[in-house]
Parts: sequence; structure tokens; C-alpha cells
Amino acid sequence: MSEMTPKRAIFDALNWLDERTGLFWILRRSVFHRVPRNAKWWYVFGSATMMFFTIQIVTGIVLAMFYAPSAAQAYESLVYINEQVPFGWMLRAMHGWSSNAMCLMMLVHMMQVFLHGSYKYPRELTWVAGVFLCLTTLGLAFTGQIMRWDADAYWGLGIGAAIMDRAPGIGNQLRAVMLGGPQISGATLSRFFALHVFILPGSAIALIGFHLYSVLRQGISEMPKAGEPVVPATYRKEYEERTHKTGVPFYPDAARRDMVFCGAALIVLIGIAAWFGPMGPGELPDPTIIEASPRPDGLFLWIYSALALLPPASETFLLLAVPPVAIAFLAAIPFIFNRGERAPSQRPVSVLIVVLLCTAIGVLTWLGMSSPWGPKMDAWTSTPTAVQYLQQRTPLELQGALEFQFAQCRNCHAIDDAGGQRGPDLTDVATRLSWDQLMRQIQQGGGNMPAYGKALSSSEMQALVAFLSTLDGGDLAATLPGALEQQPARDAVPQADANPAANSSR
Amino acid sequence: MNQHDPSNKPAANESAANKPTNPAPCGGCGAGASENRRGFLFAAGTTLLTIGGALAAVPIVGAALAPAANRNPNKWLPLAKTDTFVPGDTVLMKFTNPWSTPDDGVSRENACYVRCLEPGKFQVFAVNCAHLGCPVEWFEQSRLFMCPCHGGVYYEDGSRASGPPPRGLFEYEWRLTDGNLEILGGRLPGLQEGT
Repeated sequence: MSEMTPKRAIFDALNWLDERTGLFWILRRSVFHRVPRNAKWWYVFGSATMMFFTIQIVTGIVLAMFYAPSAAQAYESLVYINEQVPFGWMLRAMHGWSSNAMCLMMLVHMMQVFLHGSYKYPRELTWVAGVFLCLTTLGLAFTGQIMRWDADAYWGLGIGAAIMDRAPGIGNQLRAVMLGGPQISGATLSRFFALHVFILPGSAIALIGFHLYSVLRQGISEMPKAGEPVVPATYRKEYEERTHKTGVPFYPDAARRDMVFCGAALIVLIGIAAWFGPMGPGELPDPTIIEASPRPDGLFLWIYSALALLPPASETFLLLAVPPVAIAFLAAIPFIFNRGERAPSQRPVSVLIVVLLCTAIGVLTWLGMSSPWGPKMDAWTSTPTAVQYLQQRTPLELQGALEFQFAQCRNCHAIDDAGGQRGPDLTDVATRLSWDQLMRQIQQGGGNMPAYGKALSSSEMQALVAFLSTLDGGDLAATLPGALEQQPARDAVPQADANPAANSSR
Repeated sequence: MNQHDPSNKPAANESAANKPTNPAPCGGCGAGASENRRGFLFAAGTTLLTIGGALAAVPIVGAALAPAANRNPNKWLPLAKTDTFVPGDTVLMKFTNPWSTPDDGVSRENACYVRCLEPGKFQVFAVNCAHLGCPVEWFEQSRLFMCPCHGGVYYEDGSRASGPPPRGLFEYEWRLTDGNLEILGGRLPGLQEGT
């Protein structure tokens, strides 16, 4: 009693806690475990992913205090969080942007592990858990988009239902279970809410637990070196000897880099969230508002693009058969390529695969932002034809210019880059197609253009072709001879071509 | 596993290993009877837990998968008086999801396109593109339905004009009852539905 100092009391209390729980032992094993000395900046992305996941859990819990998971109130509750709840907008912004950051860090982490061949013996199951974590994270991102319960969420579910519907035999049942009924409704939101806040986060926490346990059990992989292949028979012994001899404790040696990177990433996230604000909600989830132009969030934009650009006949197969096969292959990678060289310089095919995937996904995402394959639904009313294409035209040609606008040609065809991108730009169509060819193309369609034979009268079509025949890109000399011969009206305005405005438009 | 475990544990294991069978708990019953009882208890426990688990699973799985059992999701729904439709016109009509609950909010309302061919003769199209379900928009002037998502285009009779859709627009069955146009709807239109 006389010896009892405060310091001693705390020490005794901690000792008591350790003796009863054994927690300090676990802490020591995890925090001070030895890691290879050369595990440096390449190794910070997993920690950053987990930090963003923690942000998601914490912001998600507080958001759940305000969010009403009911189709009748979800939208209003989001507006309420944005506008009334103190810091509500920032909370939603952090949750939304941190979701993107988590996915980004996860993908970079996965790419690093793949490029470094860290999935090889004996870390196969760490990789498999990682693949499932990747799926869970993407699932969280998709279900989170549904929580927004706006037009994009509603039609996103419609797309999900349409994909399910393609499954032969069980499509109907799959779809009903996904939607919670025969239609997208409040029951659908409730199902996705259960997924988003219970099932998927629970799975993620369990998987992260196993993932980290595996990392501790097998140790962090060393930086790969060419000429040092993984040989399962001797790997573990050599690794243990090396880390014992030259390794450093995770804390504080390796943790310092994690702390710096995570701290910086967190501050950047808060900056981005504060600057760009919360994501949506967008338009009301009212399916009778037909003028919706649904787009998925950035993360899924590449899939959206692929579905526009793939051959339609292959879509059902690609949508239903390829994802499970691809996921199974991804999970099987460490078992197929279990040993051998880890260094990227010795594995050119792996590097090529990563480069190709990144390029393809990057290009598809970029295309998805402008989606040139879709008609620009409001171009016919919102994109006027520039004056230089209307000056010095005959009444018939001007009538054709009106037809061009009102028959929604504009939704798919641009003049001078203004208008839809689905069909060819028509700025110089008269240099490519003759009068007859234009007439036939409009009447019968073809090459992905609908036939207008029934929608337009013969005189409307005449006027339209007359107008299109003036679109020579400002270079009348290049116009096909047939177009001029069969367009007498054209001769009445010999000055049209000399119009400086038309020339400057090129 | 735990280095800090009380040190008497390995000793206990060792003594258990040395004496694989416990001494008979009572003088009268032999080791065989004890073995039988333990075997019985294990079997009983496994059986009871299996039965209990299966019983507990019925409401859990039943509620979660119930929507898949709905074999008849469509109902006849009134749209409007037939004389409100002008022959040659295609118009957007609204109807309430027959499965809606008070919880559905604005997503309770659904829409379809009614094309009046002649008095008393109609085509009723789903607004959902046959490609991936996005809402198609009707353009009166070009007499086309266009989809904003992937560029599916349909003619006024619903047939596919261009783009990725594998077929024409989905059509609702319709009938006339007391001068009212009714459609058979309720299920979100999709490829599984045939026509």
C-alpha cells in the first residue's frame, strides 16, 4: 500500500486486464509484428481503403439517424439532411466521396498486389478474401446509389431488373426477389437498405477481419525482386528468417508511411467533399416523368458504356455468363499461378493485362460521360441551326431546315458539332451523299438509322433533302455532281458558296 | 494458441491424453453405458438443432423470397374512357401500380403509351426500353420512340427501328370495359413476359 504510486496503479490495472483478456498479446502480435524492411510506399493502399471504410461506417451511422428508408420519404429526408441538418450536407458529401475514394484505393491496392505477385504462395486465401471484399465494396457502392432514391436510382433498378430478366428460366424469380415484388416500389428500397446497412457492411467487416488475420499469419509480402521466384517448399522458412533478421516492427517503422498517406488522403477527401458537396438527390423517382436520362455513378459508367457499344447479340451472354466466370477466374489466380517469379519485369503478360484493363475502363468511362451513342433527346428544341447554314437559302431549303429540326434529325445528327452524336455529323453531308442517296437514306433508313418514309410526307422529304444538299461544309466544289444536277434550286443562289460566314465555319 | 494462457492447461490436456476414457461416474454403470449416453446426447442435440434451425428458417427465407412465388403479378387496370383517345395519336397515360403500398410515394405511379389506331382499336406500349429498361420518349413529329440510355429507337407501331434492343417495345394486353380502356399490368415489363 505504501508503495502504491499512480503509475504503479495504472500498470497493475493494465496487467490485470491483460491477464483476464489476453488482448495485449493480440495487440503486440498485430501492432509490433515484423514486416520486411523494403515494404514502403507501395503498401499504403490497403490501409487507406480500410480508413475510408471506417469513414463510411461512421458517417453512415450518423446518416442513418436522419435518413428515412421509405420510398415515400427517402427523397425528402435526403433534402432535409442536405438543407436542415447541421453539417448534414457535409456528412452526405463525405459519405459519397469517401465511397469513391474507398473503391479507388481498393482497386489500386488490388492492382499493386496483382502486379507484385503478392497473391502467390502462401497468401492465396488473403487474395480470395480480397476478391470478395472487392465485390462487397462494389455492392455497397451500387446499393448506396439506390439509397439516393432519385430518378437515377429508380431507372438503375430498372436496368438491374432488365438484366435479371435475361436469365433463362429463373430470371423472373431472381428479378422478383431483387425488387421485392413485380414492380420497383417501396419494397425494393427496403431490400436495398437491408443490403446496404446490414448484409454488405457485415460481410465486409467479417471479410476484413479474415483478410487482416491472413496478413498477420502469412506476413506482408516483400517487394518483388527479379530472380527471386516463390518456391513453396522453401518460401516460408526463408521469409521468416529474412524478416526476423532484417525486418522491422510494423509499428512504428512501417506504420509511419501508412499514417502519412492516410492522413493526407483523409484531408484531401474532406477538401473534395467540402468543395463538391453531396451527390444529389437528382430528379424525383417518379416513373411517369419520361424525360429522365438515367446515368449510373462514375464507378459504373464503364459498364453502361460497354452495354451501348457491345454487339447486341452478345449482351445476354456477356451480362450473365462473363461476370461469374471472370470472378471465379480472379479468385482462382493464386491457385493457377501459385509459384514462380513475382517481379513485374518478369511477368509482362500480367503488366499488359493491367494496362489493357485500365485503358479499356478509362476509355469507356470517358465515353460514358458524353455517351455519344444515345440521341441528345432535347437537341431538336435546344440546339438551333447556326445562321450561316440558313443564309441565302431558298424557301424550300429553309423549309427543309425546319424539318431537320422538327423531325428530331437533330437529336442524332450534329451540324458543326452542335447536336446529337449518334449519327454522322452532317456539316458536309452533301460532299458524301448525292440527292438520290440522301432521299433513299431518309426514306428507308439503314446503317442504324430509322426509316422516315412513313413519318414524313413526300414534300417534307423533298425540302429536307434540298436543305441537306446545301451542307457542303462551305466547299461547293467538293459537292457530289449528282447533288447539284438534281437540285435546280441551288443554281438560283450562286453566291451561297461564296458566303464568308459559311467558309469561316469550317 | 495463447502464450499467456494459464500454464496448467497443457498439463490438463496431457492428463486427458493419458486417460482417454473417463472413469465411470457411478459404480453401477460401465464405460459403455456412458459412451452410449454421450452419443445419444450428441445425436439428440444435432437433431434438435437441425429441426429448430429448419423451423426458424421457414419464416426468414419465406419472407425474403416470397416475391418470387407471385405467379400472377398482372391485374386489369383502368386507364381512361376510350373516347378520350384521338385516332392516329400516341399519348402517355398514367396508372397506379396495383401492388403499391402507402410506402411507395411518387414511385407508385407508372406510365404507358397508348396508340389509338382507330376508335376502339389500340396498341399499349411499355415505357421501358426492351434493351435495359430505360424510359423511352415519344416524338410525335418523327413518330419514333427514342431511348436516352443506349440509343434504342422504335417506330410508332412499337417495332424496333435501330440500336441495341433485341426486340420491339413491350405491349400490354388491353380490353374495353363499359367504354373504358383497361390494360393488364402490374409487372415491370421485361423480356420474360413473352409478347
